[in-house]
Amino acid sequence: MVETLRIALVGNPNCGKTTLFNNLTGSNQYVGNWPGVTVERKDGELKGHEHVVIQDLPGIYSLSPYSLEEVVTRDYLVNEKPHAIINIVDGTHIERNLYLTTQLLELNLPMVVAINMMDLVCKNGDRLNLELLGERLGCPVVPISALTGEGSDGLASLTMEQASRHQIDERPHIFTGSVEHAIAHIEESIQEKVDEQHLRWFAVKIFERDEKVLKDLGLEEELIGHLEKHIQDCEKELDDDADGIITNQRYASIEKILAEAVERNSSKEGLTTSDKIDMVVTSRVFALPIFAIVIWLMYYLSVTTVGTWLTDWVNNGVFGEGWFWYGKGAQYAADVAEYSQAEVICQPIDYAEFVQALEKSPADPMAWQMTEDVAQYLHFDSPASVTEEAFSHFLADHNWVGLAYFPSKVESEKNEPAGVQGVSGEQLREKRRLLERGAPDPERYSGWIPGIPVVTRRLLKKGKAGEAVQSMVMHGIIGGVGTVLGFVPQILLVFFFLAFLEDCGYMSRVAFIMDRIFRRFGLSGKSFIPMIVGTGCGVPAIMAARTIENLKDRRMTIMLATFIPCGAKMEVVAMITLAFFPGSFWVAPSMYFIGVLIIILAGISLKKTKTFAGDPAPFVMELPTYHLPTLRNLLWHTWDRGKDFCVKAGTVIFLACLLLWFLQAFSWSFHFVGDMVDDSMLASIGNLFAWIFSPLGFGDWKGAVAVISAEFAKEQATGTLGVLAHAEEASTITVVQNMFQEFNSAHPGLAALSFMTMNLFAPPCVIAIITAFKELGSAKWGWLTVLMQACVGYCISLIVYQLGAFFFDGGMLGAGTIVAFVLIAIVLFLVFRPGYSGKPMEHRI
Amino acid sequence: MKTLKDVSIGESALVRKLNSVGPNRRRLLDMGLTKGVKVTVRKLAPLGDPIEITLRGYELSLRKSDAELIEVE
Repeated sequence: MVETLRIALVGNPNCGKTTLFNNLTGSNQYVGNWPGVTVERKDGELKGHEHVVIQDLPGIYSLSPYSLEEVVTRDYLVNEKPHAIINIVDGTHIERNLYLTTQLLELNLPMVVAINMMDLVCKNGDRLNLELLGERLGCPVVPISALTGEGSDGLASLTMEQASRHQIDERPHIFTGSVEHAIAHIEESIQEKVDEQHLRWFAVKIFERDEKVLKDLGLEEELIGHLEKHIQDCEKELDDDADGIITNQRYASIEKILAEAVERNSSKEGLTTSDKIDMVVTSRVFALPIFAIVIWLMYYLSVTTVGTWLTDWVNNGVFGEGWFWYGKGAQYAADVAEYSQAEVICQPIDYAEFVQALEKSPADPMAWQMTEDVAQYLHFDSPASVTEEAFSHFLADHNWVGLAYFPSKVESEKNEPAGVQGVSGEQLREKRRLLERGAPDPERYSGWIPGIPVVTRRLLKKGKAGEAVQSMVMHGIIGGVGTVLGFVPQILLVFFFLAFLEDCGYMSRVAFIMDRIFRRFGLSGKSFIPMIVGTGCGVPAIMAARTIENLKDRRMTIMLATFIPCGAKMEVVAMITLAFFPGSFWVAPSMYFIGVLIIILAGISLKKTKTFAGDPAPFVMELPTYHLPTLRNLLWHTWDRGKDFCVKAGTVIFLACLLLWFLQAFSWSFHFVGDMVDDSMLASIGNLFAWIFSPLGFGDWKGAVAVISAEFAKEQATGTLGVLAHAEEASTITVVQNMFQEFNSAHPGLAALSFMTMNLFAPPCVIAIITAFKELGSAKWGWLTVLMQACVGYCISLIVYQLGAFFFDGGMLGAGTIVAFVLIAIVLFLVFRPGYSGKPMEHRI
Repeated sequence: MKTLKDVSIGESALVRKLNSVGPNRRRLLDMGLTKGVKVTVRKLAPLGDPIEITLRGYELSLRKSDAELIEVE
């Protein structure tokens, strides 16, 4: 078997690494995580070379031991020893990029430096002597353009050639005499203890007093003391700390090399295009308005318009009844409109309405005409003498006589009186015939594609599948897959916009603009975007947190983002508002307000815990040069992240949906219960938990089941109440009203309000929870998040209900009221207590 | 003692010393804020913090609290 050649791709963030990786590997990529950490790892087969694997390492600035990405990279390079390194360097920011290069060279692995964006360098009028640069660095240097793919093939073959060479050229020592002297000493004394190949790298790290290397090597106290003397001598001589000395001299040597190898275009001083863009985009006056417009545009396109169309199409079309091909279905829509108009016009009237028409009749000509017609037909002298019995005979024959006689009623019910008022008897008969033919069947029209459930139901019927099997396939499997796929269009759109914002360089500016606000409650400026996306759907919101590099910030954003009510939750809000607070303007906005308040208070309280304490991560961030992203890159990013969601979350969500179906469809004795949810396992689970919700005002098993099943899709909260009431005919609004009257006759409205806040601020739907687990990268953090969210939702609901009851009952103090006040006191304590001031907890790496 | 925070917008200064500690210090060093390097303060974020500086041919943003720990001349 041929040994696989591993080539590691290393470079700064924003240097075109991903683009180069895609050029080199084409579509043969596989994504995984680095063992034990959430940093993503991508491997890909080199195009046309079966046994060469390119490994895309995280974008980093240095090999310091302080960030997860850097540690992952250096551990990989030192322990796994790739056969060669490709170090990609952004030619337009060459000075800072070469800093990493000087560190990589010390690893003594075969290496090639690829200078990217050479076209831009040339355009700026700068001249780069690559041959000289390679000579000074001690490794080959090649120009490439990742964007156009130029130079990739040459780079690949050169790297493979380097990897196959057994001898690595001696690399120049870049530090000054005394430092090199100390390093030589260190090398000598650790020679036996480390891999010979990486000797110099280890020596430099020990000189820098790199905590992690010192800990891993476990050198004897005596030896460390001896080496420390050399290091301190250097520090004294150069009046700086050891790590400062090393960094200084690295940059000094780069400056020296570049002074020789680069010929700067002196005439071209002044502002670049990127500078000019930034003069507007991050200016004091325009920054916030532009930011608002960008966010609005992203939200508008991905959440409200295009995203909703696509989601509706998936939910109601592909996973609903069916849909029409683009451009088809106009005839169907027209026929449906005509049919429903006929329905309104021909809606039969009853005797009571006849009597009403009689009362109006002299003044209302239509009513008069109708009563006269009826009287004439039944051979009565005057309409007033028509008996109820005779009228019912008349209806049996002539129930086409309908609302057409009541234009005022038509107007109020259907708001389209035009064309109705003057409907003649003949036209009415025609409408009646239309109704007799039944509602238009979309399947008879060309271009109709039946939805997956419709086709499946037919197949199941044909195959004579049992009721339980049918239910499982329809509700469990197709319902589950449909739920997952319904999220895909929105997620892809959000990812597309995020990729655009990231690629063009605006995302860093977002952090720059918003940092001041968000760091007060322990979040990063970039947390704003997940929160905005969260108003649409929590799942892409959680995934959008990936753009936050800092682990603590990312964690906290994931934990808090779903407190913003999402689109599905707004359906619950709408229903409760309609049922209990019709026409009130304050319910929905106050839910957003509570959501924002929770994020702020929870952020402040979390920041005072030991785990999140300490300075917010160093906000030392590069503001990359703006550039127009390529469509290929954007689509690749979108697909890359979207695929992740489908594969990883999809499988788990699918299983969760199947489980819910199972609990809902079977009793404990595994009898299929069908629609009789009362007998299901879910109902008894609800019974078990009902008492928990008593302090919230709805301690009934139905309320508990509604809360539990809403965990699978928030918009189901009120729908479940409808199912449980077995009230197929009544509208959901009436059902909800009756249900809460039953739960809590004293304060049905308050109970409904607390039911709503429970659904809104308790853990998000299971899909979002699973996504959060995946993105947090650890079960411990996942459970902590769910627990925290459950507590918050419960406390908010308790406070809302108990305080509401307290005020409505005229200040009657009960046990619940006291608990509510205690909870408020606890919240205030958590927010205002002095924060943890000890040593901030380091990220465990 | 003048720090980077005191440098007005549009002005340049040379870095003298880094007083920050731990990961912050290392990060600043890694990003090229070494002794003697010339930095130009470009602008203030719309809400007054952080600041944007140019050094070694690229743009970097950092908080005022970090800038305060960088001695310049």
